[in-house]
Amino acid sequence: MRAVLAEDQALLRVGLTRILESGGIEVVEAVDNAPSLARALTRDDIDIAVVDVRLPPTFSTEGLEAATTARRARPGLPVLVLSQWVEPLYARDLLASGEGAVGYLLKDRVADVDAFLAAVRQVAGGGTVLDPEVVAALVSARSRPLDRLTDREREVLTLMAEGRTNAAIAARLVVTEKAIGKHTNNIFAKLDLPPAADDNRRVLAVLAWLDGR
Amino acid sequence: MDLLAPIRLGRPYAVTADGIVDRLRLTLISAGYAASFLPSLALAILTMLCLVLGPALGIGVLLAQLVFPATAGLTAAHRRISGQLLDEEIVAGYASDRGAPVLVRPLRWMRDPARWRNFGFLWFSASGGFAMSLLPVALLTLPLTWLILAITASGWIWLFLLVGSGPAYVAWWFITPPLVRARALAERGMLGNSRVAELEERVERVRESRAETLDHSAAEVRRIERDLHDGAQARIASVGMNVGLAEKLVHTDPAAAAALLREARETTIDALEDLRGVVRGIHPPVLADKGLAGAIEALTLALPVPTSVAIQVPRLPAPVESAAYFAVAECLANTVKHARAGRAWVTGRYDGERLRITVGDDGRGGADAAGSGLTGVARRLDAFDGDLHVLSPAGGPTLVELEVPCRIS
Repeated sequence: MRAVLAEDQALLRVGLTRILESGGIEVVEAVDNAPSLARALTRDDIDIAVVDVRLPPTFSTEGLEAATTARRARPGLPVLVLSQWVEPLYARDLLASGEGAVGYLLKDRVADVDAFLAAVRQVAGGGTVLDPEVVAALVSARSRPLDRLTDREREVLTLMAEGRTNAAIAARLVVTEKAIGKHTNNIFAKLDLPPAADDNRRVLAVLAWLDGR
Repeated sequence: MDLLAPIRLGRPYAVTADGIVDRLRLTLISAGYAASFLPSLALAILTMLCLVLGPALGIGVLLAQLVFPATAGLTAAHRRISGQLLDEEIVAGYASDRGAPVLVRPLRWMRDPARWRNFGFLWFSASGGFAMSLLPVALLTLPLTWLILAITASGWIWLFLLVGSGPAYVAWWFITPPLVRARALAERGMLGNSRVAELEERVERVRESRAETLDHSAAEVRRIERDLHDGAQARIASVGMNVGLAEKLVHTDPAAAAALLREARETTIDALEDLRGVVRGIHPPVLADKGLAGAIEALTLALPVPTSVAIQVPRLPAPVESAAYFAVAECLANTVKHARAGRAWVTGRYDGERLRITVGDDGRGGADAAGSGLTGVARRLDAFDGDLHVLSPAGGPTLVELEVPCRIS
């Protein structure tokens, strides 16, 4: 797998490169500013871009903007955004930019190397990965209609919103996949969500609902 | 000699050459005040005419175009003279008549309280003020008149009056300074800015300084956020990455894992240093612990320029301490950066009303109060109604004086 990495802080750029390479992901280009990132994103030999939200020159949301712009030109280009802050709005901008293959994680998550590498692979494979913190923020913002869900269903919903598959949720909650299937059907029914076939579409439906759109 | 130097009301018992010269000067000014009687009376009467004729004939409107500006000119001269005698500035505070057509201006003037105060002043200057200002002149010149008459004209009466006029000189000696001062005070009362206008102006100043303070705080907060994001936060994230990777490698490649852990440990030290820097930039712990004097003492220990500190102040409210501390820090940073000074000093005292701090150095001078660093300091102090004065002739020494009013309640 080949990746482009955009991170303005040398310390973190080195750390991320090491971690990605330890997982057998080749970092073909590591850039530290938005214009270089925009150029790097036009390469057609990359499987994923791992991007810091804030980049020079203005240190606002250049990384995110470069990623969404690139995705408009190349729908489905896998992008995993890293941030030091939880900002549901950024996650929403990213999700709005097309069909899956996006991720939004706090930089803290990178320390759990295996989970981070799994997230990179999931995004590269077209999946959606959201940081639990972001999901928690979205869930708490929509707490009222969620009253209709049982505690267990809310747990499942949260894990689903993070971009996990039924199998992964089942493993996490130590129940059978069939039980999770039942929970998800109930959740979809209670929240008036259209039934969706594949995992990712389902995740997007949940996120769209959480986002109140 | 400065003709319009401020009036000093000293103890008038010792007759000295200086005292005589000073009283002669005040008598001359008094004569000027008295001489203003004629234009004042003329303008007062013309103003009355304007008021009477204006609505009726329209001549008043034309007359007003001459009378009001002339009055403004006369009162401006009085403001300047009385202001210098009292060593303060007397501000007219006219309402603006800009943008009004020439013929409409008299209506604006009619509505302006400052112009009515001018009108009142004209009558004062033509009556009581005239008598009051004539008195010192009369006391000084009448005996001279008797003398001249006694020599030139015949009759004992002049000689008798001349002998009897000794007390006039005594009276002149004693009452001239207070009388002239009273006249200046009366003019300030009549021609000075009204309380309301003064307050309005003050509110305007407060509004400006508040806006600047807000801008300044916002910039500070942004700076702190950036410092945290680029410093401690990034370093801690990097520690997490290294430790995570070490955890992954610990069984397969222990040497690499150990190297990563060592790097992580070093990075935590840097992260803590960053955090300390940010905390110092927000509110130095030593300031919280030891107050202004201790904190500035601590600040000067780290300077390359030898700096003596003599500050005698009690604990003041934290915001004032903080503003003063950062102001002094900025001044000292300027000294180190630009002054090429051999030594510097900080003195400070608090008199129950105001905190005064002076930062000085024996460097090359030429510090510019409009420089960005010092404007920042001035802005910090503005929020507390504080002032900043810079004395920095080329060749030095440089003195920066900070003043912040503050009461310990």
